[in-house]
Formats: sequence, C-alpha cells, structure tokens
Amino acid sequence: MARKSPEVNAGSMADIAFLLLIFFLVTTTIETDSGINRKLPPMDEIVDPPVIKERNIFTVVVNKNNMILVEEKIMDLSDLRNSAAKFLDNGGGIGEEECSYCEGEKDRSSSDNPEKAIISLKSDRETDYKVYISVQNELVAAYNVLRDREFTKKFPNERMSFVEANKMYSDPRTIVKVKKSLKPKLDEIKKMFPQKLSEAEPNKK
Amino acid sequence: MSKFKKKKGGELPAISTASLPDIVFMLLFFFMVATVMRDNTLMVDNKLPAADQVQKLDKKDRVIYIYAGKPSSRYKTKYGNQAKIQLNDKFSVVSDVGAYILAERATKREELQNVLTTALKVDGETNMGLISDIKQELRKVNALKINYTTRIGNYTQNY
Repeated sequence: MARKSPEVNAGSMADIAFLLLIFFLVTTTIETDSGINRKLPPMDEIVDPPVIKERNIFTVVVNKNNMILVEEKIMDLSDLRNSAAKFLDNGGGIGEEECSYCEGEKDRSSSDNPEKAIISLKSDRETDYKVYISVQNELVAAYNVLRDREFTKKFPNERMSFVEANKMYSDPRTIVKVKKSLKPKLDEIKKMFPQKLSEAEPNKK
Repeated sequence: MSKFKKKKGGELPAISTASLPDIVFMLLFFFMVATVMRDNTLMVDNKLPAADQVQKLDKKDRVIYIYAGKPSSRYKTKYGNQAKIQLNDKFSVVSDVGAYILAERATKREELQNVLTTALKVDGETNMGLISDIKQELRKVNALKINYTTRIGNYTQNY
C-alpha cells in the first residue's frame, strides 16, 4: 500500500503570485510605438529648383504664437483638414492636366490636379511641437480622406478603407498572398493622391 | 424526514480562497505579456502629443530613439529649464546627434542598416527650433526616415 503523502499547503501560492504581480505592475510601461512617419529630403541641394505655379501650392504657416495661417489667412485648426482636402481635390486643370476623378470645384485659381498640388508647411522656431504635430496630423488626414474615398470607389469589393488596407499591408501577420494583391491597389491610389508635403526650414531668429 | 433537515448552526461557511491564486496568476500573465522593459531611463519630461493619423512603428531592432523635452524635476536644478535632447542615458547637444546615429547604426545588423527609422519622442511643449535642428543633423548623416512618435488621440487633446 502506497503511503499517503501529506498535502502541500497551497495557501502561500497567492502571496507568491501577488509578489510577482506587483513587480510587473511596477515595471510595466506600456510603450507607445506609433506615430506619424515622415521622410526628410536628402541633404544635397537641388541645382535648379523646378518652377511651380503659385496656384499649385497650399501654404500653411504656423507662427510663434501657434496661430495657423493658410494662404495668408488665419484659420482654425478644425477647418484645416477640409480646406486642405478641398485644395487637393480641386482639379482645376484643363486639357492634359485635367483630373478625371476629382470632385472639387474646378477653380482655376486653385490646384490643377492632385499630382501637381503641393502643401508647403512652414513653422517658426518658437512654435510648439504639439501644434506642429496637430497640423501635420490634419494634413495627413486630408490626404487620407481623399485616398479612402478613391479606394472605396475603385475597390468596393475590398470592404475597407485605404487606411485599413494600408495597415493590413504593413502588418507582419498578414499572409503574403493578401499583401501581394493589396500592393498594386495601394500604389494606384497613392499615385492618384501623392503625398507632396514640403517643409520649409523654420525662420531664423 | 431527516433528509431535508437543515444543518444546524447559523454561521456562514468560510469563502474558499482556493481560486485566488488563479485570479492573481491571470493578472500576472497579462502584465508579463504587456510589459516592455524600458531600455532607457527617461531624464526628460515626455508627454507626447496626440494624433490620430498614425502608423505603427517598425520592429524594435530597426528603430533608433531620440528623446527631447525639458529635464525632469529631479534634474532641473542641475540642467535648468530649457528643453534638452536625451541620447541613450545622458543629456546631449544637437551636434552629438549625428555621431549617435552613426554609432547606433553601426551596432545594427548589416541588412537592417538601410531600413532604420529614427523615432523622435519629443515632449509636446518643446519648441520647433530644437526639432528642426535635430532634423538637420539627421539629414547630414542621411537618416531620412523619421517617425514623430505620438499618443493616439484627437488633436484637440493637445490644447
């Protein structure tokens, strides 16, 4: 007959687990790992800068008092997204420069087509970083709104927006086959609304 | 009829705590999985601005971090109130950024050296002057892919 071994008292198990729990609670910092991706221009100066028509540039200036000046008029941050989208989507060009998918007002004094349209962002050395990020965010949002619109119009079968598709594409868990089918679609939309966001160096004091 | 007779005594039975370890273990596992140990101790205030048009950052081994902001309260007396750059574990000046990036790049695997991203973790209250100085330095060493790390949220939270 096997001898009955005495049962181990598990009462202190909770204490041990609590100790570990508290250790991890204290050391945890849930890191933020997302943000706005940007690409800086290379250092070498362009020898002769291309001539860009004034109407194709959408100037955004943030001054040292964190006020936003769009095309020389003061604008509230909440209007920036719509007005940038309106500029990009204008499609005022005629002939070769006509934009077939634009839904804008076709105003001759605004951008010709989204491929030509450039948003120029200028900040002051004393601008707050958070304001700058907000402005960047709104400008990226303007592009995303238009890209979403074209994506759902062109590929309704995907049942998602451009942003979602892009997220899926960059997610390492997505299977290769899906990625391959998404890539040309994403590239096509990116070509329709290329992100041309130029940043001027801030004013020297 | 003794079958239905209630047990005598009115005292409540003690609640069994046998499942307590299970609950605690469950919490423990959650925190173990969610924990990311910090590589650097932050020496600057780092309240990131909020944005909602964000993309996920690349894998950790492809990212170089640069922190900036006002020195935290315990460093204030020594380093003053002006926004500073923190590289690894020490305060630095703008001209150190280039050398830092090159040194960090050299420690990465060769196939990753061209796909590195520089993540700027900058406090919301910092002036743009410092950031554009950093950006100039990054351009000099050809580290052109950058990421402004943000919290996820609406821009109105920034005011």
